[in-house]
Amino acid sequence: MTAQSALAAALERQPPPLGGFSPAIVRLEVRRLLRNRRTMILALVLPVVFFVGFGLNNSYVHQAFGRGNVSAAEMISIALYGAVAATATCGAMVSIERAAGWSRQLRVTPLSPAAYVVIKMLTSLVLAAGAVCAVYLVGAVTNKVSMPADLWVITGLYVWIGSLLFAAFGLFIGYLLPSENVMQIIGLALTLLCFAGGLFIPLSQFSPGLQTFAKFTPVYGLNELVHYPLAGGTLEWSWILNLAVWLAIFVAGAVWRLRRDTARV
Amino acid sequence: MGKNPGSLARPAGRAMQIGRDDAERAALPGRQDRAVPPLAVDLRGVHKSFGSVQAVRGVALAIGSGEVMAFLGPNGAGKTSTIDMILGLSRPDAGAVEVYGMAPRQAVRKGLVSAVMQTGGLLKDLTVAETAQYTASLFAVSRPVGEVLERAGITAIAGRRVGRCSGGEQQRLRFAMALIPDPELLILDEPTQGMDVEGRRGFWQAIREDAASGRTIVFATHYLEEADAYADRIVLISKGQIVADGTAAEVKDLASGRTIRATLPGADETALRAIPGADGVEIRGDTVLIHCGDSDAVARRLLNQTPARDLEITSRGLEDAFLALTGDAAAGPAGESQAAI
Repeated sequence: MTAQSALAAALERQPPPLGGFSPAIVRLEVRRLLRNRRTMILALVLPVVFFVGFGLNNSYVHQAFGRGNVSAAEMISIALYGAVAATATCGAMVSIERAAGWSRQLRVTPLSPAAYVVIKMLTSLVLAAGAVCAVYLVGAVTNKVSMPADLWVITGLYVWIGSLLFAAFGLFIGYLLPSENVMQIIGLALTLLCFAGGLFIPLSQFSPGLQTFAKFTPVYGLNELVHYPLAGGTLEWSWILNLAVWLAIFVAGAVWRLRRDTARV
Repeated sequence: MGKNPGSLARPAGRAMQIGRDDAERAALPGRQDRAVPPLAVDLRGVHKSFGSVQAVRGVALAIGSGEVMAFLGPNGAGKTSTIDMILGLSRPDAGAVEVYGMAPRQAVRKGLVSAVMQTGGLLKDLTVAETAQYTASLFAVSRPVGEVLERAGITAIAGRRVGRCSGGEQQRLRFAMALIPDPELLILDEPTQGMDVEGRRGFWQAIREDAASGRTIVFATHYLEEADAYADRIVLISKGQIVADGTAAEVKDLASGRTIRATLPGADETALRAIPGADGVEIRGDTVLIHCGDSDAVARRLLNQTPARDLEITSRGLEDAFLALTGDAAAGPAGESQAAI
């Protein structure tokens, strides 16, 4: 009788709200990230090294760019590089989790695939915030970046939110490629995409043919948009179009692979 | 293998019996009445194929609340495919799967069912306690992390990274994770695979203590002794179909019955074969070996009507039953028993 009433009570249980999402899981995921040396180097250390090495030389400091100097533009570029590296590697970690059977384990819990993706996005945003803050902090303490105070905040936020595009990219690749090599592939792909998007070298220094090609790559629109508050001038619709199309492609790809992953086994 | 048609009749009978229970349940006016607890698992005519491979071919299985059931079968018999459907990890091509009267995924979301998976399913970079916390955060209601670690016997290694735990410790962690929602039904898929004898014993000790609380437990295994030692009911599956269903003793009987060994000088083989209940006779000098379904009748006849003495009656092991029923005739013991018959 007691066993029966216990069963009756159990049958009345309700599933957790929000598909099993909880801030405690984001905290644990962030703690995992902090232990991952490779990710920390890629997202936090490398951008700072790049910025100190290439962004703060005297010619950049004394050269004007829009409402600030070239060092400010460099700071935004390298913060964007760090932020997209952070979100993409976070997203791509699903491939390791799939290989470890963790995704399958989670499917025997109330966690919904949508809630899982939200957890991954939030976790990647935490790391991306770290990447942006690290570069901006170096920019602030070295006192070589010149830019109005409000633009520090605005461009920082743009870079941070914009990096979500690459969380979708990372998830897509992570569900597409089922191996631990995915991190090397992501690292290489990001570097190439950042070059093509004009993040390290201005597009104006490319050949005309390469410039046209570059405008169709996924970092281009985002890079132009995050620099816009500093650069000024006209807002090109092609930037927004570029961003929107690539966001749609990455999200659709991630959803497609996620669906397939969930239907499998 | 000549006995197989007879042995197959039993599980069919059992299945029919289960079907009748079901019909009775359906006939009751208050089907939702609390007095009739729903079946923990109800599989009806379940089929599942992967490409051209038919993994599960028409499985019907009803598991009542509080049962401790072993799902026994060789590798590739369809155990994991069936378990995946019970857990809502895959959907049957045909047939119906219900867990506590609801869709499997819904039962999982409510924390009514949880599972200890065969391998994997852990993150190396989390600690034991963090992994349990992670799992606990996913459920609406959960047991305290400290309590489940204690019950799984891994409190001492709570702070250790999962990647540095032994196979047995990882399996205990999976068990702890499965206990977190305090499920009504616990499913274990080959839970002790790759564990040493000591680890296996300790693991089952923990499971057995837990089962005392009235939880329904279903475990897949190909270790016959585990099924024999820990399950109240054994369901034998082979090539995607249930071939036997009953207690360990019943399943053993199904395949092989018992063997009577007696000293009987000058035995008449034809006469012995004629004894009702004797399936096979073998004469080795003064010793006769009689394989029989009804050993009592044969023994009585031997003692009363022949000068037979030194009777020994032995039940053949579950291993023989397993091999006979699953048709893995290639293995040694089955070959021997066939020669004897």
